[in-house]
Amino acid sequence: MADIRNNFVGIKSPNPFWLASAPPTDKAYNVERAFKAGWGGVVWKTLGEEGPPVVNVNGPRYGAIWGADRRLLGFNNIELITDRSLQINLQEMKQVKMNWPDRAVVASIMVPCEEDAWKAILPLVEETGVDGIELNFGCPHGMSERGMGAAVGQVPEYVEMVVRWCKQYSRMPVITKLTPNVTDVRRPARAAKNGGTDAVSLINTINSITAVNLDTFSPEPSIDGKGSHGGYCGPAAKPIALHMVAEIARDPETYGLPISGIGGVTTWRDAAEFMALGAGNVQVCTAAMVYGFKIVEEMISGLSNWMDEKGHKTLDDFAGRAVRNVSDWQYLNLNYIAKAKINQDLCISCGRCHIACEDTSHQAIMKEKDGKRHFEVMNDECVGCNLCVNVCPVEDCITMEALAPGMLDERTGKIVSGEYANWTTHPNNPAAKVVEPAE
Amino acid sequence: MVQGLLKDGIAAGRLAPEQYAENFSDLHPPLTRHEAIVEADRCYFCYDAPCMNACPTSIDIPLFIREISTGNALGAAETIFEQNILGGMCARVCPTEQLCEEVCVREVAEGKPVKIGQLQRYATDVAMREDVQFFERGAESGKSVAIVGAGPAGLACAHRLSMHGHTVTVFDARPKAGGLNEYGIASYKSTDDFAQAEVDYVTAIGGIDIQTGKALGTDFSLADLTGKYDAVFLGMGLGGVNALRAEGEDALGVDDAINFIADLRQASDLSALPIGRRVVVIGGGMTAVDAAVQSKLLGAEEVTMVYRRGKAQMNASAFEQDLAAAKGVTIRHWLAPKRVLTSDGRVSGLELSYMALDQAGALKPTGETTTIACDQVFKAIGQTLSTDGEGVELAGGKIAVDAEGRTSLAKVWAGGDCATGGDDLTVTAVAEGRDAAESINRFLSGH
Repeated sequence: MADIRNNFVGIKSPNPFWLASAPPTDKAYNVERAFKAGWGGVVWKTLGEEGPPVVNVNGPRYGAIWGADRRLLGFNNIELITDRSLQINLQEMKQVKMNWPDRAVVASIMVPCEEDAWKAILPLVEETGVDGIELNFGCPHGMSERGMGAAVGQVPEYVEMVVRWCKQYSRMPVITKLTPNVTDVRRPARAAKNGGTDAVSLINTINSITAVNLDTFSPEPSIDGKGSHGGYCGPAAKPIALHMVAEIARDPETYGLPISGIGGVTTWRDAAEFMALGAGNVQVCTAAMVYGFKIVEEMISGLSNWMDEKGHKTLDDFAGRAVRNVSDWQYLNLNYIAKAKINQDLCISCGRCHIACEDTSHQAIMKEKDGKRHFEVMNDECVGCNLCVNVCPVEDCITMEALAPGMLDERTGKIVSGEYANWTTHPNNPAAKVVEPAE
Repeated sequence: MVQGLLKDGIAAGRLAPEQYAENFSDLHPPLTRHEAIVEADRCYFCYDAPCMNACPTSIDIPLFIREISTGNALGAAETIFEQNILGGMCARVCPTEQLCEEVCVREVAEGKPVKIGQLQRYATDVAMREDVQFFERGAESGKSVAIVGAGPAGLACAHRLSMHGHTVTVFDARPKAGGLNEYGIASYKSTDDFAQAEVDYVTAIGGIDIQTGKALGTDFSLADLTGKYDAVFLGMGLGGVNALRAEGEDALGVDDAINFIADLRQASDLSALPIGRRVVVIGGGMTAVDAAVQSKLLGAEEVTMVYRRGKAQMNASAFEQDLAAAKGVTIRHWLAPKRVLTSDGRVSGLELSYMALDQAGALKPTGETTTIACDQVFKAIGQTLSTDGEGVELAGGKIAVDAEGRTSLAKVWAGGDCATGGDDLTVTAVAEGRDAAESINRFLSGH
């Protein structure tokens, strides 16, 4: 049985599945339920400074996009940080941590970008006995208009400055939560590292409008006929998050910096992918909000079974294993040649591969053979683009088959080379130079 | 036990009053909007889709399903009606399991086709409920066309001719328009007077005058029409019924299934409709199934379908056969009627010969017989042209037509069940009527 215990910057939890700072972790009631359900840890809903709490809208604060059967694919929100008083939150956090010593409890904090504000709140949080803090530099809506959240996360100098204060005024591990609403996520990550952060967590939500009501012409979610951009998350956001995690994981300046992976984690498989790309654990929100806390059972069981199947005894056995395979385009092997192959026994003759290739790609799939409906790849036209694989409704019906060295590529008429060769050395590249390693 | 169920002979009111409404409710309740969108999502939007090629009217099925999936039901309805103005009825009565759904790639892959018929019904229902008309009558051409028969072929022909601006007069022998849609289809397939609603929807384009109660050969001759109109389309179906050629078939209680089905459709009170305690239906087609199932639904205790060949040769689709079995109809194969047994001039039973194929493959009685006791026998052994053609050449008992629906006579076209061509299906009749209209239009426009 695989050991899925997690140690993230010294914060221990029985599994790597934490609930992200969000509505599911807004109060003791929810968090206790989450722990009973099996979650390894929580990042408590973001605390603000002492004083009158923020207020939320009193109408819809969530928007979504769905598949045909109302399966939620993407989600957004315009909710702000906790709208409960700081003292109540702190009391509850302390009690919950006492009740659940084996689970991770991390406090998310967002106060104005002033040294005194951070200096004031950090001791109060530390006194609760929570395991660490997460700096909310990510919320893209509402709070960012007030100079907090993403407004800080988008300015690397501010990120570094605040992280430095937190390390100065607290002994707690600091996790810096990053916004994806930047051109290059490596810059705020480097800044956080320079400020002394123990880890980064990402991604926070993406600026978004989920839909427009075509009767009222209001963006959704609509508050009295108007809408504000919200933070986008859920399964549809996962690819963006994976990329940003990978960029930080492989950046020489932040290499080795612990990452808590966030963004559309819905199943054990998503979690494993984040961790393979360098995340030390994952945080979940949307999936829990859509299905309830019970989903963690599937995550725990799925991850354990996969690890057993693959022989990974601990999380460290596979964590970061995919990082080395993330490459710049210029280092991809141009001598690798693959062709699509249609399994005629599995083919149901829908013709989607043909029309996709014919209309929008390389005219490499025939639609007829001997006067009969028949779909087959023409190797002399196929560039191996994978479009047909992606549009085929039947799993594993179309596969990409690599040509072995020495075989003839019927499209180019050349023999496949076994040598690695990339763009940097390609004759068509005016700036071609000597081969560099992929890493 | 409900009063009347065990009463011998042919009697009305076998069931409790509320049971009739339940038995004759919609066979396939319509899909809700959400059900339609979920089902539409199963469609793969195939290239050169097999379903579309299997449809006699060539409806662009992937396109209309995609339109449903985006909440554009009216766009879907227009896509359907462009090819088949009777798409609403076809959605209800088409043997989809032998046409579009049989070749659906998901039928091939999973044995679960996209419910094309039900989706078509969903879209056409929306358009008809909202009374949205997608087609306008063309500019007046000054030409007039007579159509004989206001069934699917005649209506489809009339609509298309009106789109081209021709003035159409439709004659029908029956009191109501609709043909077999009105008189020849099981009640649970066309509820809520749908056939008449569809006639109204089709003729709303204008330029179509329907004159009911006027029959070819009785009220007018084909020569009258060709003399008075610029073109004639014959789509009067098959009005005659084949004889059993069995001894005693004139006995009381031996009826044509087609008349029984028509009476049922026209009945305002089903509890007043008499049905036998034990019913035998002779035949293996859709009409036989419709008669057998409805006999059962009317309260007959035992209903047996007898067919002279095997299951595989039955014209009724597998779905129809299963439906009959599910409703409690016993289907017996390789039995042909030999003699109607009577008592006091009324049916008391049916003597049947066991049949088999001889070595040459010809169907022959084996010499053995059996008897089924019954109070009522319905004949559903095929229909015949009720006219001699009035000078139009016939082939195999039907009006001979070419690929465009032209008959041997100038100015005269024909389509639907009365003409040679495709299967005797509503959808085929629609296609033939529509295509004949295009041919007529080319003729009238001098092309």
